[in-house]
Amino acid sequence: MTPLFAMIRKDLLLFFSDRRSVIVSFAVPIAIASFFGSIFNGPRTGETARIAVTIVDDDSSAISKAIVAGASSDRNLKLTAADADAARASVRRGQTAVAVIIPRGFGEASGTAFFGGGAKPELELAYDPSRTTELAMVRGIMTQHVMEAVSREMFGGAQGRKYVDQSLPQIEKSSGLDAQQKAALLQMLRSVQGFYDTPGVGGASGSQRGITMPYTVKEQAMTSGENVAYNGYAHSFAGMGIQFLLFAMANIGVEMLLERQRGLWKRLRSAPVSRTTLLAAKVFSGAIISLLILGVCFVFAMIVFHVRIQGSFVGFVGVSMACALMASTFGVLVAALGNSPATARGVTTLAVLMMVMLGGAWVPTFIFPAWLQQFTLIVPVRWAVDGLDGMTWRGTGLSGAIAPIAVLLVFAAVFSVIAAARFRWEET
Amino acid sequence: MAILEVNRLRKSFGTLVAVDDVSFALESGKLVGLLGPNGAGKTTTVSMLSGLVRPERGEVLVAGRKLDGDTDPSKRRIGLVPQDLALYDELSALANLRFFGALYNLSGAALDKAIRSALELVELADRARDLVKTYSGGMKRRLNLAAGLLHDPDILLLDEPTVGVDPQSRNAIFDNLEELKRRGKALLYTTHYMEEVERLADRIVIVDHGRVIADDTLDGLQTRLAPAGQGRLNLESLFLALTGRSLRD
Repeated sequence: MTPLFAMIRKDLLLFFSDRRSVIVSFAVPIAIASFFGSIFNGPRTGETARIAVTIVDDDSSAISKAIVAGASSDRNLKLTAADADAARASVRRGQTAVAVIIPRGFGEASGTAFFGGGAKPELELAYDPSRTTELAMVRGIMTQHVMEAVSREMFGGAQGRKYVDQSLPQIEKSSGLDAQQKAALLQMLRSVQGFYDTPGVGGASGSQRGITMPYTVKEQAMTSGENVAYNGYAHSFAGMGIQFLLFAMANIGVEMLLERQRGLWKRLRSAPVSRTTLLAAKVFSGAIISLLILGVCFVFAMIVFHVRIQGSFVGFVGVSMACALMASTFGVLVAALGNSPATARGVTTLAVLMMVMLGGAWVPTFIFPAWLQQFTLIVPVRWAVDGLDGMTWRGTGLSGAIAPIAVLLVFAAVFSVIAAARFRWEET
Repeated sequence: MAILEVNRLRKSFGTLVAVDDVSFALESGKLVGLLGPNGAGKTTTVSMLSGLVRPERGEVLVAGRKLDGDTDPSKRRIGLVPQDLALYDELSALANLRFFGALYNLSGAALDKAIRSALELVELADRARDLVKTYSGGMKRRLNLAAGLLHDPDILLLDEPTVGVDPQSRNAIFDNLEELKRRGKALLYTTHYMEEVERLADRIVIVDHGRVIADDTLDGLQTRLAPAGQGRLNLESLFLALTGRSLRD
């Protein structure tokens, strides 16, 4: 056996003899990735998660009842009714994201305001400050339902008829309006009055639709194929796999410092073995362990969570190998730059956490601000995660793997050069 | 002819001159005791002889050939037994020796034979498959010695090989070293235990402040340094007479 193979074999034996390392490197990423995957993946039925909303109808008008009915049938909301105090308490306890409170007089005031006259009433949205994203969604959804209910009532309901009947004489007598505007408004209201006399015109609770969204939405998830659903586990297993192989490699770097502390490098350096062989053995053994960690993570994800390599298999293997090399050279870099095992362990833990956080291993980078998304391109984990995402759920071909592989290999080369230059070779 | 010749070695770390103009020789079948107070330059000298540190000046000749570079084949003729227990605790003694042997390109039957021979010498053959972390301190010291012997070196550099071991293990190590001398190995032995050198050494080199201040046999030192009319001094008295009584740490 050559010294190179002997050193690789020894490192593998040492890694697998440490039960704690093995558990941390294999079982923990699987557990955490499963958890994150269940969050990213959403419910397996294909339905989107509904937002918990409590609605309070203090008005009990035709319009407010129509709003409640519209919101109840909305597939994005999980609606419960309550009084105002109970609704606010529910939000405060975190049981619902938003409480929608329709105040007394809302129907009448909103109807009046619809044609431009009178003050606009307030629809109160009491929200959980930690769930502002859901607030924004509820605001948009309620806008649709309020507009539908108010317009339906005003173009066909009793309240609308009453408003038009009362407004026409007032406008005719009015002297404050410009003559042209006055004529246009009178014409519009007379047309509305004529519309009321059309057979079949109901009200807010009738069959008349009022103003509705002038379009419908066709949603299509751009995965690797038409009938291929997005699998959030593919991303979480890529992210957590890379995080924990970086931790494992950083640990190998720390172990190298411990080997020096224990005098083992004296024995290694006293043998007729080149420096290149000594470092290459560490890089190769680290790369093998890294590949095993990624491999075990993805095999588990494939068997249990049906993650599939929808893109190029060769590309997936290539990205994985480049990740493994990048991570193992990072471990050697830790050994080269670390002063002592204790300080190296602390600094590298922070470095790994920063890299995986910025690289999108925890949450996808698209939620970052634009400048941060650009900045993270200098983080190797970003290329690793994007590369693995591309080869799994995005279904990118081999060409999509070339850039991540090339960048990861450049990182590996840079780490190796710095490590070789800064490694403390002299043993006293 | 000396198998190891050390000629005018010098090494400094920053402004500290650790070894300055150190020369001595080592013959086959002989043991040279390298003595000196803490910080005298013993370990740096051993490090240069084993290729761990490159000398600034001077040379190390192994059987007449200058030792040069990490992969110099002459390094195969040198075995190092470092002061630290340079062993992998999580592996068995057998796995440790397999690995250390492979560093010298030993494999197959030759490696098996070398391991068997080394373990028999240090009397650990029956514990070969046990993890090193289950060994006592003395057993680890003996295994540390075995690891330096695997490739059958002509020269063995021993840096305080008996630190922290009980009298039984120390005596076992002495027996091992005497056996190695009989086999024709050249041994360089650094220690702070004077009685060990008195028992084992054929020649004594004393260094202080990086320089050789004495290089002689025990008899020669005793004759040269004995005060008039006081008979023979023991080695510790001679050592203190040469290096002084001031603390070095």
